[in-house]
Amino acid sequence: MKTFAELNFPGRLIAVEGLDGSGKSTQIYLLKRWLELQDLKVYFSEWNSSELVKSATSKGKKRELLTPTTFSLIHATDFADRYERHLVPLLRAGYLVLCDRYIFTAFGRDVTRGCPPEWVRGLYSFAALPDLTFFFKSDLEVSLKRILDGRPQLKYFEAGMDLRLSTDPYESFRIFQGRILEQYLAMSTEFNFLVMDANQLVEKQQAIVRDLVAKRIDLARFHRAKQPRVPASSSPRRKGKGEEPVP
Amino acid sequence: MKNAIKNQIVVPHRSPRRFYGHGIPGVDLEQLAGKLIVVEGSDGSGRSTQIKLLVEWMEGTGHATVQVGLKRSTLVSEELEQAQQGNILSRTTLSLFYATDFADQLENIILPALKAGFVVLADRYIYTLMARDMVRGMDEGWLKNLYGVALEPDVVFYLNVLPEELVQRSFAKNASLDYWESGMDLGLSRDMFDSFMKYQTTMQATFRRLQASYGFTIVNGMRSGEVVNAELRKKIGVVMAGK
Repeated sequence: MKTFAELNFPGRLIAVEGLDGSGKSTQIYLLKRWLELQDLKVYFSEWNSSELVKSATSKGKKRELLTPTTFSLIHATDFADRYERHLVPLLRAGYLVLCDRYIFTAFGRDVTRGCPPEWVRGLYSFAALPDLTFFFKSDLEVSLKRILDGRPQLKYFEAGMDLRLSTDPYESFRIFQGRILEQYLAMSTEFNFLVMDANQLVEKQQAIVRDLVAKRIDLARFHRAKQPRVPASSSPRRKGKGEEPVP
Repeated sequence: MKNAIKNQIVVPHRSPRRFYGHGIPGVDLEQLAGKLIVVEGSDGSGRSTQIKLLVEWMEGTGHATVQVGLKRSTLVSEELEQAQQGNILSRTTLSLFYATDFADQLENIILPALKAGFVVLADRYIYTLMARDMVRGMDEGWLKNLYGVALEPDVVFYLNVLPEELVQRSFAKNASLDYWESGMDLGLSRDMFDSFMKYQTTMQATFRRLQASYGFTIVNGMRSGEVVNAELRKKIGVVMAGK
């Protein structure tokens, strides 16, 4: 699997991953604001999937029709739809695309549900890898507290109730999230995650995020005022293997 | 069965089962006592007629049957139909949508029915889905991984009918050609008839390629329905006896 840069796309994709409640959405929002204020071509993918796929997915969830395999497939369908209709065209047009969650969310979740890892990875092999992936690593208890304090009504699949881990949704959610965290940690090296200490202050994390983005991506190239350059002509950054700065 | 004097009910022979790839997590293949029979072929190849005749024959000979087919899942069939009508989904998305439809039926109908000892008759299976995608340039390795969830059937019949004959049958039935069965999305020709011929020819070539990996039984579908059905029965009889 290759990154968008390695595939000579003019655009770049930055993804954030982490457990619910790890603060990743806050961080990517602040990154987006920073990039926008510099007048760069930024698109924040809010996952506007088509009505059709959305309708099937929500029906499956509401009526609890999904098995690990169909859960995985319907989410892959949804992802493919967004990937082909939004992400690829934007990246071809030279945008900085920010994604709150990417394929790693599916890898972690589906494998935790019992799908074979190679099969799930194969499903998503049509998608290129992000140019930067920030993984917000928080203490499990901290993330759980953030979610469970604020939003007491857990949905069936969200809590991993289909896995029969516990009859109590909260307990089920705890175990489920714990297993997903293990999957994330196991993927970290393989996919060059930029591991962020999500227990730090918001500002401190954001400073590191902005610093890494500026170092790794030639941001000037994404200025709105400038004409888009020929895709293959300039490689904005060279990512050495093993170069994995951990804050 | 000693006391069943005039009754000639054949108890199906158990044969080893496997998934094509990783399969469905948590399924005990040993428990799948029934038989899975697949009939493949283009629209107009006589699939539905043959399946109807087979169901009658099966039930007459004491076997419980269940039928499955493409776009029949509870989960996504409606949405899939709409997607096709509007031609709004791109290739990978449509492909995964169809795979979802297949997997839903596999887990909720095919596997439970086989477990209960039913004969499952499938009006098309993963091969049509794979062939359609391959013709549209999707990666074969990707498709094989995707459909690694599928159970290997006991027998797969491919009803082979030449495109020239398919056209005639299509006109006799509907007086028109179907957009997708003509491969109009591929832009092979703006002329629908030309496109149909080209598309069906390519599909048949793709099926022949798939046959090498999946070992279909190719049946000459150019003959009358009764003759074709007699051949299918004979072959199914062998499968039921476990030979």
